[in-house]
Amino acid sequence: MADVKKIATRESYGNALKELAAQHDDLVVFDADLAGATKTGIFKKAYPDRHFNCGIAEGNMMAVAAGAAAAGLVPFASTFAMFAAGRAFEQIRNSIGYPHLNVKIGATHGGISVGEDGASHQCCEDFALMRSIPGMVVMSPADDVEARAMVKAAYEHVGPVYMRFGRAAVPVFHEEEGYTFQIGKGEVLQDGSDVAIIANGLMVAEAVEAGKALKELSINARIINMATIKPLDEELVLQAAKDCGKIITCEEHNILGGLGEAVCGLLCEKLPTPVRRIGVNDEFGHSGPAAALLKQFGLSAEHIVEVAKDFCGK
Amino acid sequence: MTANEKKQLMATACKVRMGVIEGTHAAKAGHPGGSLSAADMFTYLYFKELNVDPQNPHWEDRDRFVLSKGHTAPGLYAALALRGFFPWEDLQTLRQIGSHLQGHPNMNMTPGVDMSTGSLGQGVSAACGMALAAKFQGKSNRVYALLGDGEIQEGQVWEACMFAHHYKLDNLCVIIDNNGLQIDGRVADVMSPYPIPEKLRAFGFEVAEIDGHDFDQMEAAFAKARETKGVPFAIVMKTTKGKGVSYMEDQAGWHGKAPNDAEYEQAMTELKAQLAEVEAM
Repeated sequence: MADVKKIATRESYGNALKELAAQHDDLVVFDADLAGATKTGIFKKAYPDRHFNCGIAEGNMMAVAAGAAAAGLVPFASTFAMFAAGRAFEQIRNSIGYPHLNVKIGATHGGISVGEDGASHQCCEDFALMRSIPGMVVMSPADDVEARAMVKAAYEHVGPVYMRFGRAAVPVFHEEEGYTFQIGKGEVLQDGSDVAIIANGLMVAEAVEAGKALKELSINARIINMATIKPLDEELVLQAAKDCGKIITCEEHNILGGLGEAVCGLLCEKLPTPVRRIGVNDEFGHSGPAAALLKQFGLSAEHIVEVAKDFCGK
Repeated sequence: MTANEKKQLMATACKVRMGVIEGTHAAKAGHPGGSLSAADMFTYLYFKELNVDPQNPHWEDRDRFVLSKGHTAPGLYAALALRGFFPWEDLQTLRQIGSHLQGHPNMNMTPGVDMSTGSLGQGVSAACGMALAAKFQGKSNRVYALLGDGEIQEGQVWEACMFAHHYKLDNLCVIIDNNGLQIDGRVADVMSPYPIPEKLRAFGFEVAEIDGHDFDQMEAAFAKARETKGVPFAIVMKTTKGKGVSYMEDQAGWHGKAPNDAEYEQAMTELKAQLAEVEAM
């Protein structure tokens, strides 16, 4: 994919906010001293009067956003995933989730691809934490086109939304022309019936790569982009389980509590199907370049191919 | 305020206190101590200060009240019922299955509740968000938040105070109920928040220090709050926890305990006597 355009989804987030703001006067943005990194700075440059820095006080920021939503605004609150889902979990749970307020949480720097900053900043628990809050929509886009459409869908949705964006630039594989995004709907990127690979975030591009490699080995994999972790597209997962009989989940997240467990939770109740979960194996990350870390933690097309080969007995 | 107005407020406060006792006794749970210390403030807010409409609780331009010390919901509920947001009889359903009166305030269930609270330290931040939104929307409504003196041990309260000053939220009035007690004892012994007014001033607030059981002082403080421009306003009110019920007064043990039948009878007898005394004035 060397010649493919690459954009970090946090960049897409900042750009989408700016585009959305032109149409909606009630959209405001809160950040916690990370506007440059979360890319809400792009929005701030265009709409300085609608961007409110909260300083390094994430808990306060989430509850402030809740109050602003209660007063009729549509706030997007941003910081790193670690400090949004992690540090401010209880504020999100009690001041946003419980009253079901219309706050959109734009969490950037999710997962291990944060890279050099190391484990303290590599949030691999956010899907688990946010999934556990009733009524919370939890999403993670795969590329620029999807990320921008997701931000717009989040604005249109009434209720709390958690979106995880990445720090690292990722390949843009969706065509802008005619593209539509719907919350709670997965997307089949390649059809196949030997095994279904369900991925989100930057693992989608890896899954697509893996799908091509597997084809060479006569394994026809169905590649599914599951950008919405909650509510899960149950129909698509069940159809994949029925058609393929084997499921591999791929996410830049602890294998506990994220997409993998969401899929397993559904399947074990409705259609028991063997599943292999690819993700961070319940361990902390460490410093290093993102690409090297992803490889080291098995978050790569190569590792997906290995798992799929083994799973399919080849 | 006229003598008659004051008399009316005093009578209403007695009824708010009765509502606290009725609710917590029926629920066999709840937080009477801090509800009673703030009963006069609840009364003043809902019968004098707040621009609200019980017939239209979601009116967009209303003043907002956030009970950041959400556990004292029985006091808020009694004031809301008396103000006409819902029937007085509902207080008997406090904390029971099917009731809109949750143990801590729920904005989606109870008419007149502007923010769901209960986890200490968060309500004041939400109030900041509401005040910021009002300014952003060019509205002239005001936002009030009531906090406990134990609650201000939460670091988030001070994050919110920084925010309020930074964004010049002069439409925000933060009220601290300084009854001096929290669950484990005296706030001064558990984790001293003192001196409270000085801390608030250091955070950029204009501060009024009042007796939280004196309506004249409340009137003066709120007038000053409305006149203050460019900075947020705080009212630090000295109160007696459990005020109005002799055996509950200044007792930490009555923070989160309901009166039994005998205690209920005694409390109601005392409050009825106080009401009769006010009405005879």
